[in-house]
Amino acid sequence: MKFIKSSLRNIRRSPYQALAAVLIMMLTFLTISFFTFLLAGSSRVINFFESKPQATAFFKNEAKQSDINTLESQIKNTGKVSSVRFVSKKEALKIYKQQNKDDPLLLDLVTADILPASLEVSAFRISDLSGISETLKGSSIVQEVIFQKDIVSTLVSWTAAVRRIGISLVIVLSLVSTFIMITIIGIRISQRKEDIEIMRLIGASNWYIRWPFLFEGMFYAVIGAVIGWTIASLALWYSTPFLSSFLKGIPILPVSPIFLFEVLLAELILAVILGFLSSFLAVLRYLK
Amino acid sequence: MIKLDKVSKKFGTGAFGLVDINLSVDKKEFVFLVGPTGSGKTTIFRLLIREILPSEGTVIVNDWDLTKLPKHQIPHLRKKIGVVFQDLKLLFDRTVFENVLLPLEVTGVKMEKAKQIVEEVLTQVGIIEHKDKFPIQLSGGELQRTAIARALALSPEILLADEPTGNLDSATSWEIVKLLSDINEKGTTVIMATHNVDIVKNLSKRVVGLEKGKLVRDDKKKENPPSHKASDVAKAITDKSEGQRKKEDKV
Repeated sequence: MKFIKSSLRNIRRSPYQALAAVLIMMLTFLTISFFTFLLAGSSRVINFFESKPQATAFFKNEAKQSDINTLESQIKNTGKVSSVRFVSKKEALKIYKQQNKDDPLLLDLVTADILPASLEVSAFRISDLSGISETLKGSSIVQEVIFQKDIVSTLVSWTAAVRRIGISLVIVLSLVSTFIMITIIGIRISQRKEDIEIMRLIGASNWYIRWPFLFEGMFYAVIGAVIGWTIASLALWYSTPFLSSFLKGIPILPVSPIFLFEVLLAELILAVILGFLSSFLAVLRYLK
Repeated sequence: MIKLDKVSKKFGTGAFGLVDINLSVDKKEFVFLVGPTGSGKTTIFRLLIREILPSEGTVIVNDWDLTKLPKHQIPHLRKKIGVVFQDLKLLFDRTVFENVLLPLEVTGVKMEKAKQIVEEVLTQVGIIEHKDKFPIQLSGGELQRTAIARALALSPEILLADEPTGNLDSATSWEIVKLLSDINEKGTTVIMATHNVDIVKNLSKRVVGLEKGKLVRDDKKKENPPSHKASDVAKAITDKSEGQRKKEDKV
């Protein structure tokens, strides 16, 4: 591992170049981390809505249980429905209490009478949902139908936009950091031109000369990735309480450490590839 | 062992570095390569380590035809040839020990073994006490010895020394020549480029003369009589220093 030692010596001797390389890599990986969190989060929000009953009918207060049962079996008999669940006023209160268990004020204000009974209907296919919701709306005992298809499609288009922006930004930053790394490793090579010449003359192979530079590039990228990931993870951790209250009822927070470490692992692999590639390009360009 | 066959080297500028050189050097031979500056001595060395290719002719070292040697084989060739460069080419940010260690590192010799070899070589050239100094802290002769030690680290079959006495006073020069002569006696082929006429005259070794890139002289040594050994050099040194002392006395 001689080459590691000589890379570290290079880094120690010109710390500003090393700093520039690490910072640009950090910026790249910070952006990658943020967008990864954002996309993973939004795709889980979408999953959550998709797995939820896709149409919910709220009943009027005066609706009789027998009418409700008739409507329920009528819906079931269409054959387009995967599940139908009746939520009584009492159950609705239970769910409400569960969701707001940390807020005694909200709990005191609400009784079972206020909350409507509802029927949660999941369809096999989204396209069948319009027909089902029409049937529900047509019933005289139904107050309101919430149709979640709209929410999901809005979210999907938002996520697609975020993904496009994220990917473009990551590509641009990766290119910028690659070029900066090529330049920095190039400067390194020119600084050591004489040493390289001497090593060649006393029989060093090309790879013996290349390895310290390749290692140096990978080192910058890996350090940058670790710092970028750490900042993004700390930011996520710090904002978890705020985000949890914002996303009430959607179980994606707190983020599991396993997910965070998977992101880190993927970023480290990417960093090694990016670092190797850019310093290899520099070596090809400057070490003939 | 070394054979230059009708070798010419024309540089990009159009100037001829070497013209139609035929030269062969046997195993364990000691050869002086003499001639004024610009006569092509260094060019021959550069050809021998395949730093440059001849424009015409063939260069053979150790059964390798260097004109046909694939690039990836060059490091193997260079490990067989120790070179003391005219400008030494020492790394100034490394100590004497680290400089001599470099060729061993490059070849991947195990660290423990390598350190042992470096100690031995530094002892052989007589600068073991300076092993932790940096080149900038050494005298000319010590620098020269460091360069020789580095060239010897891989126990090469051939040692090329380019003007190893160039910047040294005559007493130190003689010590360096004695060192090279010892190395030669241990079985290494030595080619030494020099324009120090004194040294060449006082040692009965084969002398190859170059002028403006042409071979003008090759005294294929009459068989080296057994007496022409290290003792011979020692005698020359003694004579030399006595001569000098007399000169100094006169002054």
